[in-house]
Amino acid sequence: MITFVWGLVFVLIAPVIGGLIAGIDRKVTAHMQGRVGPSILQPFWDVGKLFEKENAVVNETQIFYAFCYTLFMAFTGALFFAGGDLLLVIFALTLSQIFLVLGAYSANSPYSYVGAERELLQIMAYEPMVILTAVGMYMATKSFNVSDIAASPFPVVLFIPGLFLGFLYVLTIKLRKSPFDISTSHHAHQEIVKGVTTEFSGPSLGWIEITHWYETVLLMGFVWLFFAFSPILALVAVIVVYLFEILIDNTNARVKWQLAVKSSWAIAVVMGIANLAALYFLNGGIS
Amino acid sequence: MQFVQLLIFLILFPLVTALFMLVAKKEIERTWIVKLSAVAIAMITIWLLITTFDKGALYSPLIPAEPSGLVMFILEMLIAVFILYLGIKHRKYHVIALILIQSAMMIFFEFSFASSAEVTSNLFVDEFSNILALIIGIIGSLICVYSLGYMKHFHEHHAGIPDKRNIFFFVMFVFLSAMFGLVFANNIIWVYFFWEVTTLCSFLLIGYTKTEEATNNAFSALWMNLLGGIAFAGAILWIGMSGHSLMGLDQLLASGKAIALVPAALIGFAGLTKAAQMPFSSWLVGAMVAPTPVSALLHSSTMVKAGVYILVRLAPVFSGTATGYALALVGAFTFLIASGIAISQSNAKRVLAYSTIANLGLVVACAGIGTYEAIWAAILLIVFHAISKSLLFLSVGTVEHRIRSREIDDMNGLIVRMPKLAAMMVIGIAGMFLAPFGMLISKWAAIRGFIDAPFGFIFVIILVFGSAMTLFFWAKWMGKILTVTSDGKHVEGEVDRSEWAALVSLAGLSFITTLVFPLVSVKLLEPFLLENYGNVARLSQDNILIMIMMLFLLLLLPLSILLPHRKHRHLAPYMGGRTTTQDMRFSGSLGVQKKAVMSNYYLTSWFGEAKLRPLGIWLCSALIGIMFIATVFRGMFP
Amino acid sequence: MTFMAKSPWIIHYDASSCNGCDIEVLACLTPMYDVERFGIINTGNPKHADIFVVTGSINEQNREIVKNLYDQMPRPNVVVAVGICATSGGVFRECYNVAGGIDKVIPVDVYVMGCACRPESIIDGIVTALGILEEKRTKMVLDADAKEEHRHAGLRPEHISKTEGAQ
Repeated sequence: MITFVWGLVFVLIAPVIGGLIAGIDRKVTAHMQGRVGPSILQPFWDVGKLFEKENAVVNETQIFYAFCYTLFMAFTGALFFAGGDLLLVIFALTLSQIFLVLGAYSANSPYSYVGAERELLQIMAYEPMVILTAVGMYMATKSFNVSDIAASPFPVVLFIPGLFLGFLYVLTIKLRKSPFDISTSHHAHQEIVKGVTTEFSGPSLGWIEITHWYETVLLMGFVWLFFAFSPILALVAVIVVYLFEILIDNTNARVKWQLAVKSSWAIAVVMGIANLAALYFLNGGIS
Repeated sequence: MQFVQLLIFLILFPLVTALFMLVAKKEIERTWIVKLSAVAIAMITIWLLITTFDKGALYSPLIPAEPSGLVMFILEMLIAVFILYLGIKHRKYHVIALILIQSAMMIFFEFSFASSAEVTSNLFVDEFSNILALIIGIIGSLICVYSLGYMKHFHEHHAGIPDKRNIFFFVMFVFLSAMFGLVFANNIIWVYFFWEVTTLCSFLLIGYTKTEEATNNAFSALWMNLLGGIAFAGAILWIGMSGHSLMGLDQLLASGKAIALVPAALIGFAGLTKAAQMPFSSWLVGAMVAPTPVSALLHSSTMVKAGVYILVRLAPVFSGTATGYALALVGAFTFLIASGIAISQSNAKRVLAYSTIANLGLVVACAGIGTYEAIWAAILLIVFHAISKSLLFLSVGTVEHRIRSREIDDMNGLIVRMPKLAAMMVIGIAGMFLAPFGMLISKWAAIRGFIDAPFGFIFVIILVFGSAMTLFFWAKWMGKILTVTSDGKHVEGEVDRSEWAALVSLAGLSFITTLVFPLVSVKLLEPFLLENYGNVARLSQDNILIMIMMLFLLLLLPLSILLPHRKHRHLAPYMGGRTTTQDMRFSGSLGVQKKAVMSNYYLTSWFGEAKLRPLGIWLCSALIGIMFIATVFRGMFP
Repeated sequence: MTFMAKSPWIIHYDASSCNGCDIEVLACLTPMYDVERFGIINTGNPKHADIFVVTGSINEQNREIVKNLYDQMPRPNVVVAVGICATSGGVFRECYNVAGGIDKVIPVDVYVMGCACRPESIIDGIVTALGILEEKRTKMVLDADAKEEHRHAGLRPEHISKTEGAQ
């Protein structure tokens, strides 16, 4: 059952929540590094400033790609929170990310190009794990619909602990945290300047920032889904997971893409086979 | 009775066209005959659909003492002699051996069992045949129309290649005729006959350019398909020797798994060779030397579909058996490995070839599993793949003529040099892996199909990895096309009208089929599934609505680029601050002028053909071996 | 009130500096001075940056580069010349290969003195630059509005005053 209202709520509220999460992220990171750090409202000021900048571009299609990235990410998140089909959510998420990649390709710049290739490698790295997670949720609750999974009375995570751990592993990639921020990140200099976002500026970059907020909320929603049977526990889980990601981010250096892809795939294969096989036999040989 | 006449028309009419093609001397005659035939064939297939779609499976009445069986046998022998002659002339001993074995088998059958083989009916049509007929009739015709412009330019650019266009079109239309025969035939001997004719057509067309490479690749395709043909002949012999009345597809399917498994496995093996599954994938990749319309028609949308068609037909026999599982694993691993190899290929046609092999592998996997959900996914895959892949092949062919290269890295900035063509290619590529387009829907259906099957999770895992790989190689190609370079001559002007017609139609079909697939599913697929599997599969209404929403967004949004807007200030790409010219030249160290060249990641150390192909060959050979052992085992201990 | 002053992103470029001033610039990012509290991020990409922080003087090699980086920065932007070399050429002013300070190539908004500058001076200079940034932003908006009005009134762009073109 899809509830349109929740989708709308997501589209309107998620940027606020996502921005706050990003601000808290920077604050916590700063304290971990012995600094004071910016206000937690800083991301909003950043985006505000970006929209105040001149809309200068490398080519005219960039604005289109950045906007489509945001549009489809909002669409994906809205679909998720409205309770839609989990597989369709994942496919729509891929669609939105392709727009970012195409925008980076369109710029005809070496750094942005390498960033785009690495972004595709990232997607290739995490996509198996994410889809297997959805499959695991289906096998645990007999439904692909987020609304059904969220309404399930028993803890989904107990059925798919392996997939949960695997999902956490690739969450680092999706959130663009070290050691897997190979295509772009919020930190200082990269060997490929800003990677995917190198050639975006001003309002386009602002849209990309907002899209990252949408994505963060969506991903936290995924984590929530594992613990949806108890909202309080789910909230705690989300907070713990995100803090854990910040910790990993600050204590690891970026790895080469080979390691990122190989390790993600290895984990997906191992966790996938182990967890799904266990579920399969638990269900008595039927799915 | 009407429908039988339509079936016979569709089988014989292209033959008539083919004969005209042999005698047409002037190009203008050829053009008109092809265009008119194409329109006629397309319209008759649509008419067939309209008149039969809601009637379930219709069988033609049996005419006793039909000479067709004898005619086919004579034609088969003539073909065998022809192949024998060519095999001797080019000293291809394996081909000689194979054709001799195959002919011996068929001669033995003809004189021992042919008269006693009873069928209930020779021709039939059901929803699945209709779908394939549409693919052959519409996409096939479009490709023939495209060939008019393409072959004209082909011979202008390749003066060294003898202009045998009348033979070319003759074979193309004979092939269409054979394909129609294949999908409408209920008599398994007829299926075999048409099957062999398609093998011959493929052989002739691959070797069209008569270069040494083309000839070798043609023979390579020939021997692999002949191997399949032997298996097919073996199945026919088995049926003849078994004493049961199984020579009709309907009879075979009705006889139950215990009896039908052996012939089904043998015909299944033939299907694997025709669909270029591993270890038989190299012929399809080698076939890319042929002119592009051949690659589009035979080696992506139609002939190779015959291989999976017969597998899907036989799926009720395979489902739930070890044979079926082994078969499904062959398909699944072919999907995985071929997708991986495609990442490492820089030649556009090879990428398309490996992608075709991969997608066919997915269909084979669904057929091997044989549940109603899997078959639903399989048919959707067949339809959407045919449209998108033919669009891509035709685009690549046209682009190749303009830019004189098949390399993906040379297609950099195509959106600037050939905007409309680039747009078509982008639609084709998007159709292969992006939501909400067809192939994505089919893959989604395949996931659903695998999940609910016994031990399905293994297939799901293989699928998601292969799918991630396909995303990588499609997206990087798409990015190359959409790079907005500042240099680049606009070379689109000289594209032939017939080529445009085919391309635009296929692009339009991509959108339309994605839009109407729920209708197709309800009206055609569900009755078929209900009849053969007792259950129906569908996507929920909510999901369909959402995908239609996405489709409209994707249709309308790109138009926004065309809207008039204030031009923004343009910044140069970041090159570390170095002064760079429009075509990315900058002054390097010591004042040396350099050009920034960007090429895709090919990851050959991971996904190279030399690495992955042997793995695929060994793995799938082993699985085929297991498939046959399981079949024999089951036959011995029912 | 704009957001400009609240989120100034910098690009730091070493023209021909001895690295003394560069080290002091980077020291500002360390926990001791922590300019990230003010929202300052060192982006290293001109397209993302508002403040162009340059150390060292102009020579033949970096003349074009400084110009290009400045051109690739979307408006409004400010330039801060850090150190005496960036201001006027410093002790290398008389050298045959040194053209002088940054203002030989691009318009500079703030000069920070020192050799090497103290982080406190640098931060002071950046804060001054923020004020100028805000002014430029306000002016940009006014000019854009004026242009819109001119367009609606059917006047041609030449009729707009000189100052708008310079920014």
